Amino acid sequence: MKIFVCIKQVPDTETRIKLSSDHQGIDQNGIKWVINPYDEFAIEEAIRFKEANPSAQVTAVTLGPQARVNNALLTAMAMGADDSLLIDTESELDSLATAKALSAAIKKQGDCHLIFSGKLAIDGNLSAVPLMLAQLLDIPHASVVSQVSYDTQTITASREIEGGTKETFKLTLPALITANKGLNKPRFASLPGIMKAKKKPIVVLKLEELGLESLSPKVKFTNFDLPAEKPPCKMISGDPAAQVNELVRLLQQEAKVI
Amino acid sequence: MKTALIFIETSQGKIKKSSQEALSVFAGNEFNLITCSVGEDSSLPIELKSWGVKKHFVCEGLKTYNPESYQNFLAQVFETTQPQFFLASSNNLSRDVFPRLAAQFNAAYMSDVTEISVSPELVVRRPLYSGKCSAQVTYTDESAKIILIRPNQIEVKCPNKSENLDVVKLNVEVKNSRSQTLTIESGETEVLDLTEAETIVSGGRGLKEAENFKLLHDLAAPLGATVGASRAVVDLGWVGHNLQVGQTGKTVAPTLYVAVGISGAIQHLAGMSGSKNIVAINKDEKAPIFQKATYGIVGDLFEVVPLLTEKLKSL
Ligand SMILES: Cc1cc2nc3c(=O)[nH]c(=O)nc-3n(C[C@H](O)[C@H](O)[C@H](O)COP(=O)(O)OP(=O)(O)OC[C@H]3O[C@@H](n4cnc5c(N)ncnc54)[C@H](O)[C@@H]3O)c2cc1C
Ligand SMILES: Nc1ncnc2c1ncn2[C@@H]1O[C@H](COP(=O)(O)O)[C@@H](O)[C@H]1O
Repeated sequence: MKIFVCIKQVPDTETRIKLSSDHQGIDQNGIKWVINPYDEFAIEEAIRFKEANPSAQVTAVTLGPQARVNNALLTAMAMGADDSLLIDTESELDSLATAKALSAAIKKQGDCHLIFSGKLAIDGNLSAVPLMLAQLLDIPHASVVSQVSYDTQTITASREIEGGTKETFKLTLPALITANKGLNKPRFASLPGIMKAKKKPIVVLKLEELGLESLSPKVKFTNFDLPAEKPPCKMISGDPAAQVNELVRLLQQEAKVI
Repeated sequence: MKTALIFIETSQGKIKKSSQEALSVFAGNEFNLITCSVGEDSSLPIELKSWGVKKHFVCEGLKTYNPESYQNFLAQVFETTQPQFFLASSNNLSRDVFPRLAAQFNAAYMSDVTEISVSPELVVRRPLYSGKCSAQVTYTDESAKIILIRPNQIEVKCPNKSENLDVVKLNVEVKNSRSQTLTIESGETEVLDLTEAETIVSGGRGLKEAENFKLLHDLAAPLGATVGASRAVVDLGWVGHNLQVGQTGKTVAPTLYVAVGISGAIQHLAGMSGSKNIVAINKDEKAPIFQKATYGIVGDLFEVVPLLTEKLKSL
């Protein structure tokens, strides 16, 4: 039973974004790269599945420049993934091109049983790659999942959407799940785990080897901007009653929002 | 003439504001405007006419939400109309269906767009890194463009037309679906979701304990606000993750955001600094939240918030 976990490396959430001098991208100097937080839930879920089903083989998959993203795979394998698949490219691909490459790489490995991914990557905030991948692989999906149970031929997955509404779906396997916070509590990589990870195999593929040498994005990000500087905060002084009166006056008369 | 297709969501028979925002993108421009929606709404056609919509596809008989059936319906409409643009509001429903549609039709896909103009030339922008920066979306080919629009970003302007509207009913068969909807349990809340709300009152660790969130609900009532939270209190289990604002929660951009007992960590600021007006109530004058706030009150929230609630109720 092959289980795949899609992981993306993203700038740490502490990162203060600076722009490159031509404003056509961000300045990558000094960025600390980490596994996308939602992908940690995906990795954890895959490992738990393997723990319950010893015949399962968990493969971490990522696309990105090898020198950088290799670490993300090592972390996933230190947590418990068995091996990794790395699609090595420097190209800036969009969601669909990324999904095409991931789908080609996964198809190459033969049959898959389950695919886990994060619900969204916190860099581009697109929420697109996993469902595109599911479409290209022609398998069903459940997105933003915070609860899942497994059967031999099916899985049952629940998600919470706007207004606290809870939707539950039953999917025929193979299927893809995108993980939300709450699905589980990701473990930390243990020291022995980290040692073992160094010996686990990473298969590196180039786009050409997937027959995708001419893969190009349909959308690109250009002309970056930082948020406009805010005027300094108006601090409201006085005793609490005076502060509240002044705040309400400002909200009514200046901001005109109440 | 170019064709623009818009997915319409309704609430109590009326076009949702978020869908009106998508319609507004094309108001006053020369487009062959086509819409589609799921479920019967008898008054919907009349409303659509005023937006200059020429044709409306309605899917009847789909009682419960299912991503596969929705995709089947939207794919049928897409195939029939061959649109240059397909717009919808960005939410958990659209994000559950449209990425698959983009892969199915090899279309360009972009979610959470905050600025868009389609004439004289196409300009699209959106935030990245949860609002730490923004960028223009540049299209490299002529594929159809699927664009999901973030709520509350585009001004609603109805052209008040009265075109002839052609309503086409489609039926979507759900046969041997690999994806079956088991249950849909409605949340008890009537209030708008954080991502749609125009006013948000958010609480952090300064509230000291879960019970004190009642203070925020009391404050939210006269404002008609939705309650949000920092991750610290979500992790403490005081409120659910669906209330979390920030880089690993929801990105919000309301007209008014009131941060109560929230320090303003970078991950929290990323998710809310797009708000038009920010009020910070915090006892620490050095709290980073004041750097993003429009109005600041340094004080004890347990004194300030009840007074504010009373004052707002008296208005
Ligand atoms: C990977 C990662 C992702 C994260 N993602 C998010 C995210 O999405 N969203 C998010 O919010 N955080 C996120 N965080 C956490 C973030 O770093 C902060 O820890 C968190 O936002 C702090 O929450 P807080 O402001 O409620 O608590 P604190 O930082 O503890 O602040 C409490 C504030 O309350 C004030 N206060 C205390 N008592 C009173 C009183 N009586 N009256 C008035 N004020 C009072 C204090 O002065 C203080 O400023 C993330 C962290 C990591 C590592
Ligand atoms: N380059 C990538 N390599 C592997 N997985 C990815 C990549 N980009 C996105 N994903 C997966 O898709 C999820 C959603 O990403 P996105 O669609 O970019 O918001 C992530 O949480 C990952 O699981």
